[in-house]
Amino acid sequence: MRNAPRAALAFGAIAITSALALSGCAGGGGDEDTSTGDDTTQDQFDEAMSTPTDLTFWTWVPDIENEVALFEAAYPAMNVTVENVGQGLEHYQKLRSALEAGQGAPDVAQIEYQYIPSFVLTQSLLDLRPYGAEDIADDFVGWAWNQVSPGDEVWAIPQDVGPMGNLYREDILAEAGIDEAPATWDDYAAAAKAVKDETGAYISNLGATQAGQMIGFMWQAGVKPFSYDGEETVGISVNSAEAKEVASYWTDLIQQDLISVDVDFNDQWYQGLANGKYAGWLTAAWGPIFLQGTAADTSGLWRAAPLPQWSAGESVSGNWGGSSDAVLATTENPIAAAELARFINHDEESAFKLATEQFLFPPQLSVLEDPAFADQELEFYGGQQVNELFAEISETVDTDFEWLPFMEFVYSSYEETLGAVIADKGDISVALDSWQDQLVSYAESQGFTVQ
Amino acid sequence: MTHTEAITTAGGTGRSVRHKQRLTPVKKKQYLAAYLFILPFFVVFITMLVIPLVYSGYLSLFQSKLIGGEVFAGFDNYVRALTDSAFLASIGRMALFFVVQVPIMLGLALAFALALDSGRARWSKGARLFIFMPYAVPAVVATLMWGYLYGPDFGPIAQMARAVGFGTPEFLSPENILGSMMNIVTWEFVGYNMIIMYAALRSIPSELYEAAEIDGAGQFRIAWNIKIPAIRPAIMLTVIFSVIGTFQLFNEPSLLNAIAPAAITNSFTPNYYAYNLAFINQELNYAAAIAFILGLVIAIVSYIVQLGSQRRERRERSAA
Repeated sequence: MRNAPRAALAFGAIAITSALALSGCAGGGGDEDTSTGDDTTQDQFDEAMSTPTDLTFWTWVPDIENEVALFEAAYPAMNVTVENVGQGLEHYQKLRSALEAGQGAPDVAQIEYQYIPSFVLTQSLLDLRPYGAEDIADDFVGWAWNQVSPGDEVWAIPQDVGPMGNLYREDILAEAGIDEAPATWDDYAAAAKAVKDETGAYISNLGATQAGQMIGFMWQAGVKPFSYDGEETVGISVNSAEAKEVASYWTDLIQQDLISVDVDFNDQWYQGLANGKYAGWLTAAWGPIFLQGTAADTSGLWRAAPLPQWSAGESVSGNWGGSSDAVLATTENPIAAAELARFINHDEESAFKLATEQFLFPPQLSVLEDPAFADQELEFYGGQQVNELFAEISETVDTDFEWLPFMEFVYSSYEETLGAVIADKGDISVALDSWQDQLVSYAESQGFTVQ
Repeated sequence: MTHTEAITTAGGTGRSVRHKQRLTPVKKKQYLAAYLFILPFFVVFITMLVIPLVYSGYLSLFQSKLIGGEVFAGFDNYVRALTDSAFLASIGRMALFFVVQVPIMLGLALAFALALDSGRARWSKGARLFIFMPYAVPAVVATLMWGYLYGPDFGPIAQMARAVGFGTPEFLSPENILGSMMNIVTWEFVGYNMIIMYAALRSIPSELYEAAEIDGAGQFRIAWNIKIPAIRPAIMLTVIFSVIGTFQLFNEPSLLNAIAPAAITNSFTPNYYAYNLAFINQELNYAAAIAFILGLVIAIVSYIVQLGSQRRERRERSAA
């Protein structure tokens, strides 16, 4: 996600370890014997972890050295070099260049969920099953695990997630006569009108080019825009009837000027959040902490709530952002690298630190349920237990959501098609058709079979 | 470079030798020294320019797909580029940029250079520094700064315009973004071009001015008939730089894209398009072909510009 929250998006890690190369056989994912036959024994593990080893870890999570230090303390033979080669696109470009060049790639790298398939496609990631990754599957929120393990293989260990909710200014909504967060999208549209009429503020901003946010809304609405079988077949239906319903809802609000369409994550937008231009922000679980830094002067005025629902009484959400840590197939120390990816995100102390010191919203059940995390009362939100709320929301994210193996193009094409139309206050449904056309023709030109 | 030139350059004999001569030991040493002196240049030239150029030329002859790998494609990528409306539109956009922005920028640079050279401007040293200063600001920083100044909500220009009742100027809308970019580039490079012209002006012998003044020429007449013709080579140099600079525009669109993504398409300039093809679309081969064609366009435009000026010079010389 190019524009996305630099400081907030996050990170992940995985660990994979060795040699995927064996999986070249025709059967495709799921051969039982890869997972059982190659399992690392305790002896092999002990030997690998007590042999002095240098590992390289590419990540943009600030201060993750603290968690790495825990790993090094647990395994004194390990020496991990943490490198930040840039965030998001820049990071992936360097990763691809290193892989292409055949040298210089790290052992472990942070990868956002939506980019995992593109690295699987190039056989760049190590299947972590032989290193015991399957054993920890149940320790994570189900849908997050599905993101790193869409088929049988395990490509990464989840690091953080972004289940979506609604942050809003209680004072501005109250001024417009609204006492509670809108429960349905219909309520939300009515509230948007009241807020605009009474206070002049926009109830929220829809980032004109923010594909992550829009895809999150679609996710919530049960749209399945992408699918990928891990080989040569992709499914693309960004202009399905359900997707168009979401689109026409937003088109309507935009054309009535009840929602602003400023580009997000730049100065303009930060100031809009800080000075009341926007009375709310439909965002992900990393949003609450991010907002605290951005709009510090409005502390105490904000509240958090679940996303509005399509039908009253439902409780469904989508996800926006989050990442994992993966082990590169080129690593020479698969066991140690896999252990690093696992440890950072699964070791109790390390995972807790990630959640409370780096403010990555955790996918680990143990942290989500830990009172020390869940019961935190955030002053910025009037003492609300925001973590607990998002932990509950996290349970309501649809578990099946897949990505295409070329998400960079998907996002850039979103900017060209939907982004331009949204900024122009045009009809988003129509733009969905051109987005679909661009994606299909790109997929075909790259040799994929499009379903 | 011929041997004789090499001697003149490296040996510093100051005399040009017209014919090849048998080499004396001294001369041999001089040759050797000459080659040693130019060796570093060629090492860098070959490793940083020739090899990458050949490699990308090679790449541009292939097509690689995410599924199916790499196949030899001959000139398919070039054919595709020449029929790619996004690419052609980006070239057109840059042609428009060139026709509008370059004359304004160079005109201003010339005006400043003449004003400073006339010796009548007060604070001329300070003014020179002041005009040149933007060039010392890295292009990235300059673009970020202007992006802030252009901001529709909190940008100072918009705030002032609103205060005096002009409404909010939309510097970052799809219609105006090219103009806004011209302004940034002009701001950045006026001083640089001015310095080139100013340096050329300083090297004109002052007797010419005295003679002209005796003949009754005023300052404007002197500027028009003596100064500008005398520094024509320097002006041509700035034009050529501007051709190259224009078609290579990259920082401005890529940075402004963060605040005006709807106005800046991924093919806004040819260079930016090539970058996006390579790193977003993962079409490295096609990007290489685009880069090659772009290089060719720049070479042709530069050649035409130079040819035009030489013709004119020749015409004037024969008329004189």
